[in-house]
Amino acid sequence: MTRAVTFINARLIDPVSLTDTFGSLTIEGGTISRINGLTKGAVIDCQKACLAPGVVDLGVHICEPGERHKESFRSASLAAASGGITSMITFPNTLPVIDNPELLDFFINRSKESSKVKILPTAAITKNCDGKELSELGFLRDRGAVAFTNGLQGIQDSKILLRALSYAASLDLPYIGHCQDYFLSRGSSATSGPFATRMGLPAEAIESEKICLDRDVALAKISDVHYHASQITSAMSLEAIKSHKSKRKNVTAGTSIHHLIFDELDIENYRTFFKLDPPLRSRHDKQMLLQGINDESIDTISSFHLPQDEESKRLPYELAATGAIGLQTLLPAGLKLVKEGYLDLPKLFAKISLNPSKLVKSKSGNLSEGCPADLVIFDPDIPFVVDRFSLLSKAKNTPFDGHKLYGKVMRTLVDGYEVYNCGD
Amino acid sequence: MLNRKDLLGTSDLSKEEILSIIDLAERYSDDNNNHVNNTKILTGITQINLFFENSTRTQVSFEIAGTRLGTNIVNFPLKNSSQSKGETLLDLASTLNSMFPDILIIRHPNSGAVQLISEKVKCSVINAGDGYHEHPTQALLDAQTIRKRLGTITGLKIAICGDIAHSRVARSNIFCLKTLGNQITVIGPKNLIPKGVETMGVEVTNNMFDGLQGVDVVMVLRLQKERMNGSFFSSEREYFHQYGLDEKKLKYAKPNAIIMHPGPMNRGIEIDGDLADDINRSVITKQVEVGLAIRMAVLDLLTENHPLRKK
Repeated sequence: MTRAVTFINARLIDPVSLTDTFGSLTIEGGTISRINGLTKGAVIDCQKACLAPGVVDLGVHICEPGERHKESFRSASLAAASGGITSMITFPNTLPVIDNPELLDFFINRSKESSKVKILPTAAITKNCDGKELSELGFLRDRGAVAFTNGLQGIQDSKILLRALSYAASLDLPYIGHCQDYFLSRGSSATSGPFATRMGLPAEAIESEKICLDRDVALAKISDVHYHASQITSAMSLEAIKSHKSKRKNVTAGTSIHHLIFDELDIENYRTFFKLDPPLRSRHDKQMLLQGINDESIDTISSFHLPQDEESKRLPYELAATGAIGLQTLLPAGLKLVKEGYLDLPKLFAKISLNPSKLVKSKSGNLSEGCPADLVIFDPDIPFVVDRFSLLSKAKNTPFDGHKLYGKVMRTLVDGYEVYNCGD
Repeated sequence: MLNRKDLLGTSDLSKEEILSIIDLAERYSDDNNNHVNNTKILTGITQINLFFENSTRTQVSFEIAGTRLGTNIVNFPLKNSSQSKGETLLDLASTLNSMFPDILIIRHPNSGAVQLISEKVKCSVINAGDGYHEHPTQALLDAQTIRKRLGTITGLKIAICGDIAHSRVARSNIFCLKTLGNQITVIGPKNLIPKGVETMGVEVTNNMFDGLQGVDVVMVLRLQKERMNGSFFSSEREYFHQYGLDEKKLKYAKPNAIIMHPGPMNRGIEIDGDLADDINRSVITKQVEVGLAIRMAVLDLLTENHPLRKK
């Protein structure tokens, strides 16, 4: 579809100007060529559906190489495309970990063979994400890493972290940090408080996140790196990130869609599909996050898609694996937040599309002329009930099973090519 | 009458259910003392004991309870078993299911594991302790022991002392004794008091002298050293000095207050050895005796509607 196509009668959701207006959009040669101009090429009538930049999901675990029974590039990209996602910023926690250029080459080649959507790979900042020795960061950047991270593990040793951050800063790549104090969170599977006490679950103090965030930001200041706190999940760290952001420009923060929809009480009687990393927080924390989601403290909302097979979830809660899949539920759950009035559509797309793109210096995530035609067309109002077995990921570990969400993706385009069409 | 398949905890037991178990246990307690033969009651019922965690008294107590009522008991061998060959808990559950047991008695080191198995099997499940979540028969036997000695199990002041954080006994006792209408204080160092425990309706204090003031019952918990990783207290002698129950601290309780301990005891750590043996104050051996009757009552009530019993 590199020839010209004009989408008319569309609700254009622009996260840059934060506008939601009816109009038309023309794409040509894989890029957006004109907004509200003369009709050119084929015409597609959107019938008042929304046209927005495609979703850019941060922190996706593809499971290739190593655990293809949980997810592959093919299954992840099918799920992503049908969920309106046009780019996946992947985490390097595969088996083995992506911490050297050869493995990154393999990863990128596999993605080119099998993925319908864009793959923007991050690389492990320390070897095997052990937090002990630096990976070959320069090689990794030159082969296509868009950011460095230690995945869902923080770096315990502050000196190593400082050196890693300084090196990342020299290479002008951001660091995506997971804020959980190693010692406070070790061995825990819930958040300390009345719920964990009643259920007899080993729990981490909620302060664990803030302590780590404060340390990381202090070290990021010394090294002058762009620091992105991937998951802010408590009221306490939300306040902390506000203060850090008011003092420093190159600090950004995100949260997970699951922590905006669920809280620890949803775990009920040890439902392991709700076992996440970091663990679900109190209802109060969730409500404070929701109230803050409309302002600028939280830049990104992502799914942290982490497929787990049934065997690793059907275990006693303490022993079960953490994580949830989320490629097909990120946009619908975001639309649920819009329906409930926590933020509007342009704001939502700033957080699920524009800001994650900016973090990794991608030109996606906006509707401006000259930007890649990574687009999603959807109806935001159609309700549906999630059936985990109808999802396209290989693993079916979603906490949304049986949940009512909103939105129907009609088409997804990557560089102007249609990668998903609902068929209606 | 218990209208339920399983006994997983005391948190969802009503007052009536608790009392019906205790009342029946009272009868079994008398029967046991009078050498009455009850071995016909559960004839033909298959009971499997599945202990993923070491236990002596609870397992033996369930075994004797079953024997007294006439069940066929199988102690599932977990050492050198399929579990050590990597079989998952749920596979084991479906294996057992295919052998048509009538009742499973399960202890497991992880909270929630017993419930997980109970969802998979068709027969009744009794939780004999899961992680630091619940141990319902212990709480029931504690309630009955109190009633036997003090004549009532409502409106009492009860102190639970020591390692609350790692104790399933504490949790089950709090749920059970609150439902029965008692006032509970938990006492221990901050390290061993789990966050938010006051939302379970208990008073919290870190001082033994304050907490024991005017109580009718002193429950002492075992220091769960095997569940502790890291430094929860400095030394055993220092812990005994602050939190071990001795004559000096006990003076603050009511003169006729009774002393309880779920066992096994660490003498000289959480309780003074002489105090534990004082037959006027300590009901620790009585608890074991009552435990047998409670387990007989629970086995009886959970299998009440079993087809084999209608013949």
